[in-house]
Amino acid sequence: MDFDLTDDQRLLSDSVAKLLAGTYSFEQRKALLKTPGGWSEALWNQFAELGLLGLPIAEEHGGFGGGPVDVMLLMQAFGRHLVLEPYLATVVLGGTALKLAGDAAQQGEILPEIAAGSLKLAFAHSERQSRYDVADVATTARRDAGGWVLEGAKSVVLHGDSADRLIVSARTAGGQDEAMGLSLFIVDAEASGLARRGYALRDGTRAAEVSLSGVRLPAEALLGEVDHALPVIDRVIEAGIAATAAEVIGTCETMQAMTLDYLKTRVQFGKPIGENQALQHRAAEMLIALEQGRSMAMLAAMSVEEPDPAERARAISMAKVGVGQAGRFVSQNAIQLHGGIGMTEEYAVGHFFRRVMVIEHLFGDTATHLDRLADQVA
Amino acid sequence: MDLRFTPEEVAFREEVRAFIRDNLPREIRERMRLGYPPRKQDTIDWMRILNAHGWAAYNWPKEHGGPGWSPIQRMIFNEENLAAPAPELLSFNITMIGPVLIQFGTPEQKAHFLPRARNLDDWWCQGFSEPGAGSDLASLKTRAVREGDDYVVNGQKIWTSTAHNADWCFCLVRTNPQAAKRQEGISFLLIDMKTPGIEVRPIISIDGSHHLNEVFFTDVKVPVANLVGEENKGWTVAKYLLGNERTGIARLGKSKERVRFAKEIAREVRHRGAPLIEDRGFRQRVAQMEVDMKALEITQLRVISAYAKAGGNRPDPLSSVLKVKGTELLQASSEMVMDVGGPQAMPIWQHELAAMANEPAIGPDWAAYMAAPYLMLRAASIYGGTNEIQKNILNKAVLGL
Ligand SMILES: Cc1cc2nc3c(=O)[nH]c(=O)nc-3n(C[C@H](O)[C@H](O)[C@H](O)COP(=O)(O)OP(=O)(O)OC[C@H]3O[C@@H](n4cnc5c(N)ncnc54)[C@H](O)[C@@H]3O)c2cc1C
Repeated sequence: MDFDLTDDQRLLSDSVAKLLAGTYSFEQRKALLKTPGGWSEALWNQFAELGLLGLPIAEEHGGFGGGPVDVMLLMQAFGRHLVLEPYLATVVLGGTALKLAGDAAQQGEILPEIAAGSLKLAFAHSERQSRYDVADVATTARRDAGGWVLEGAKSVVLHGDSADRLIVSARTAGGQDEAMGLSLFIVDAEASGLARRGYALRDGTRAAEVSLSGVRLPAEALLGEVDHALPVIDRVIEAGIAATAAEVIGTCETMQAMTLDYLKTRVQFGKPIGENQALQHRAAEMLIALEQGRSMAMLAAMSVEEPDPAERARAISMAKVGVGQAGRFVSQNAIQLHGGIGMTEEYAVGHFFRRVMVIEHLFGDTATHLDRLADQVA
Repeated sequence: MDLRFTPEEVAFREEVRAFIRDNLPREIRERMRLGYPPRKQDTIDWMRILNAHGWAAYNWPKEHGGPGWSPIQRMIFNEENLAAPAPELLSFNITMIGPVLIQFGTPEQKAHFLPRARNLDDWWCQGFSEPGAGSDLASLKTRAVREGDDYVVNGQKIWTSTAHNADWCFCLVRTNPQAAKRQEGISFLLIDMKTPGIEVRPIISIDGSHHLNEVFFTDVKVPVANLVGEENKGWTVAKYLLGNERTGIARLGKSKERVRFAKEIAREVRHRGAPLIEDRGFRQRVAQMEVDMKALEITQLRVISAYAKAGGNRPDPLSSVLKVKGTELLQASSEMVMDVGGPQAMPIWQHELAAMANEPAIGPDWAAYMAAPYLMLRAASIYGGTNEIQKNILNKAVLGL
């Protein structure tokens, strides 16, 4: 058992904290939200220069060779500042898919470009009807003249509007809900027949609806084994859960700190509101929730590389539930203890609240993961 | 003891339901069913339809243009209106300034303002809270100084809901800063929002809507004729206003309507290969909501019956139970609607923008407004006396702690 960070990890944390302190104040972030893309290419390049985009990518592909704990630390720092750049979509989801399923040529071509900041990916898997059912894919890919033709539509594709390439799941066999028969494809965003409509999610991060009509792909576009993509998709989602669990902990840390500060400075009835024991206990409950959540985010990070799929899935589901509940409790009370000011767009706490809300509804919500755990109660 | 409604009350509910069904414009109902808040004109239109039928001032006595209903009838009406779902009657007009003027107003104030409030010829807003005076309302600082036939008002209000729509504002101002007790130097004024020196600045809330405002007063002249009650006795008026109408405070009809909507959409969306409505976990969550709503319904009836028996003039401290539980259920029901929508509830779909640009909407209709009410309703446990303050009231007034 060891909860200590290595020197490298401390260095990473410090340098990211320093970068974000200078570039990601609430006001700077608000300005970014107003730009058409909703995030900063310049910062993205800075992330690349600092080695952040290559953090979990192998050294042979131009990366840093870091592990899940490094990603956890980075995502936590991103959560503290509500970073808007497409790190989750490109490095975590896209990078994981390539790492797990890419052949040598695909990895050799794409991973160095991710690390260098010159290529962005999106994971185009979920569909309008699928909600949280991972195997529910109606998009199809059929073989045609040595290649493939894609038909269908993808919904709420994170950062799908700015991605250069999309990793698209499609049915190559089987019925709409079947585990077997799914395949992944690397699709150029400019491919003919692919159309995107970008928009903001409630927390300001970007997403897109993607339609695919008669999109022709060469044989090499296939990522991984035909018909057997579900285990890869599961692992990509697990990586997403672990990364966003850490991000939620970062957002909760900021909300907790803001709330504490407010309890000490806001005066009503002639004294700081934090002198009311009712609110002291609430703040203590927020701390308890945050620490329990933090433990679960650690569990998620330590489990993403667990080789046993059942054990891995179980730990990840536990983390999703624990962090989801902690996030809801901390964020709801952060607003409550601020009173009216917490309800305003001009004040930061509501922005953190919305990030937690969006993350809870990605990759399976609390109820879905609790259901999966309930299936296995022995 | 009998928990059943009398045949007359059952018939009354049928009558109200039928009237709403036949008279609520379809388009308004459909938007509200999808969770959109009513637009200004929706509220005006609906209030006028009800007023033409004598129902808009649903809690006022007959001599002032109300229907003269019993507390139980008011509760039934309110619940049916929310459940329809129809726009809520503008509370500033109907449950706040109306009853206040009926109790404290001069004959001239009653004759002028009451008919206009009922018909929403005047849109009222509530200027109580200030930056330094939220839960501790009695610490308010906005000053009013008597000069001849006017008060001259200077200061700032905040969180003034719909002030940007408002024609008039009822305001608490300090007229005697030297009073021995803070509560004794406050007066209740009616202020025309078109008076020079008033500036309304929008506050955007976390759901992206413009509902809240800051209102600044700089040398605003208010005729002394617009004082309600006696000078320096405004706290009594404010207490009457805040304690007066508690039947609507739980907004139970709204929670019921939201749960109904969640169930409806749960038939459409899928969870682990089947409609969500068939999922045991979801059904238990709905069942739990229904248990809590039933309990609150009966508690509400108990509070209302006691209020009616006491002659309807003493605010019941148990109404704090209605506020706390009612807002918790509102929040829980909005949370459930959002969770049913899942990822589809997360985008800002901007149906309205799409419609204006003549483009097809991006997401499903039902998903467009699932997250925004969840966000806005976080305020339900803040406005109208925060839930912490309600619990303090219960501690003091009921538990004697
Ligand atoms: C959406 C919305 C609409 C509103 N509309 C109006 C309106 O139209 N007109 C109007 O005048 N006002 C309006 N308000 C203001 C509302 O009444 C105040 O927000 C409310 O009274 C709380 O005051 P505050 O925001 O200053 O919070 P504060 O009073 O500063 O409270 C902050 C936190 O401290 C807690 N707290 C404070 N004192 C105590 C205590 N003694 N013990 C325990 N906990 C305590 C509170 O419960 C809260 O959690 C509105 C507010 C909102 C959010």
